[in-house]
Amino acid sequence: MSASLAPPPAGTARQPPLDTRYPVETPEGIDLALHPAGLVPRALAFAVDLAIRGLLLLLTFLALGQFGELGMGLTSLLVFLVTWWYMVLFEVLNQGRSPGKQVLGLQVLHDDGTPVGWAASLTRNLLRVVDLLPFGYSLGILSCLAHPTFKRLGDLAAGTLVVYRERPSSHPALPEVAAQPAPFALQADERRALLAFAERQSTLSAGRRRELAGILAGPLQVPEEQAEARLLGIARELLGPT
Amino acid sequence: MKQTPFERRHQADWQDFARQLDALERGKPGPDSRQFPAAYRRLCRQLALAEERGYGSRLVEQLQQLALRGHHQFYRHRSHLGAQGIGFLLGGFPHLVREEWRLVLAASLLFYGSLLAMGLLVYHFPELVYSLLAPDQVVQLEAMYDPDASRLGRFGERSSAADWMMFGYYVMNNLGIAFQTFAGGLLLGLGSLFFLLVNGLSIGAAAGHLTGIGYTDTFWPFVIGHGAFELTAITFAGAAGLKLGWALFAPGRLPRGEALRQAAARSVRLVAGALLLLLIAAFVEAYWSSMTFTGTPLKYAVGVLLWGLVAAYFLLAGRPAHAPD
Repeated sequence: MSASLAPPPAGTARQPPLDTRYPVETPEGIDLALHPAGLVPRALAFAVDLAIRGLLLLLTFLALGQFGELGMGLTSLLVFLVTWWYMVLFEVLNQGRSPGKQVLGLQVLHDDGTPVGWAASLTRNLLRVVDLLPFGYSLGILSCLAHPTFKRLGDLAAGTLVVYRERPSSHPALPEVAAQPAPFALQADERRALLAFAERQSTLSAGRRRELAGILAGPLQVPEEQAEARLLGIARELLGPT
Repeated sequence: MKQTPFERRHQADWQDFARQLDALERGKPGPDSRQFPAAYRRLCRQLALAEERGYGSRLVEQLQQLALRGHHQFYRHRSHLGAQGIGFLLGGFPHLVREEWRLVLAASLLFYGSLLAMGLLVYHFPELVYSLLAPDQVVQLEAMYDPDASRLGRFGERSSAADWMMFGYYVMNNLGIAFQTFAGGLLLGLGSLFFLLVNGLSIGAAAGHLTGIGYTDTFWPFVIGHGAFELTAITFAGAAGLKLGWALFAPGRLPRGEALRQAAARSVRLVAGALLLLLIAAFVEAYWSSMTFTGTPLKYAVGVLLWGLVAAYFLLAGRPAHAPD
């Protein structure tokens, strides 16, 4: 490993991200990027959970209604469980995912990126009643919209975060072109930008590719039409022999 | 080293790690789970290298995803709920209550104060009960504690086999009230104050009214037993809510968000304790308080005993036998 003693050039990695990514530094000394989920997916997940709970209660009423007083007692216990414990049990026992969150690809985590535990899950779900105030989740929605990582009040108190579960991304292949050396030494972030351009080029239109590559025509000392091919060649060179 | 040779060299490692992760996420760790921490650290090192060397974002993202999944598995809170619960019951809970004695005292003063005041008022000015309870509620209340009924309490007019129903009803009703009292604390403590006051007033009104019309032999023996747990639990839930409110109102040297988080972590344990108390209360209320075959003196004796037990538990349990080092 070639550890350079010089401080990293300003603005390479530790800048606050432009998007809503939420960096978490782990004890292993790496930065994990979490993607907090906004109001709409969370509301949809809640709607799914609400429907499931409604169905569950309906079935309970139909099934246990036959059993008279014993059935009524069991029904009240179940109503209690479903109203107050449905979310907590699923979140703690199913890696931060209630069924609704699972459908929407969301997950509840502690602020430090670790899976949510009993205390935090209980806190955020008991405080849900305050988010509901004064009607239809008003406080929760306002808090969610105003907070940089979209927390409702329960999340603020419990120190939890609702994030997207990462899904495996597709692996775009680099076009097969001859490797060409870069005309000058590249910084790490320049290398990254160049590789990102090469990896994403199949998703860009030809005009956009030419426009982006044209920005670098000057430094590369090539005519604008050849800049794109040149960039891909340099990217191929950066990747090394296959 | 360039990116492609790097990938080629470690690809097998990563696939192996992903397989381990799949197994752990399904909750079935394979025989190689002992190597998981080492594999996780290795992956973190490789991710750091890949970022440092400016490898492509595809590779870095792939490694980040693996690291994130590994982080989730590695730092999962595998709490031994049973052992923790026993420790909490034996010492943690009373200790916590004593540590938060100011808030518990404040909540108790408000709750019992409003209860006593309303009770005395209604006892001396009987018509005041209608300022809080609707006439049909009062009729219902009187029916519950009618000395001629064979069973007491809510659903008193029903015969036996209703114990289950009563238990379920008490759990749902009382725990709902306790949870609301706690959650209301997030509104600068106002919600908790409100619920403590309202519950104190209505219980006081009921007690004053029933005593005033001479149902003392049915009402007091009925409530004294489970009251020890139920009333205590409501004050604890109120204290937990007040703690949230106080953290927002006077966060001290912390930012408000941080103060709230720290207060919530403590107060939720108080609520968990209150939940246990309320389960006990519901059990006692359904299976002991409603029984009429026992004599009134026995009911009072058991009630006093339960109050004494609760007081002793919260005053004495969990104190270290020796001075701490």
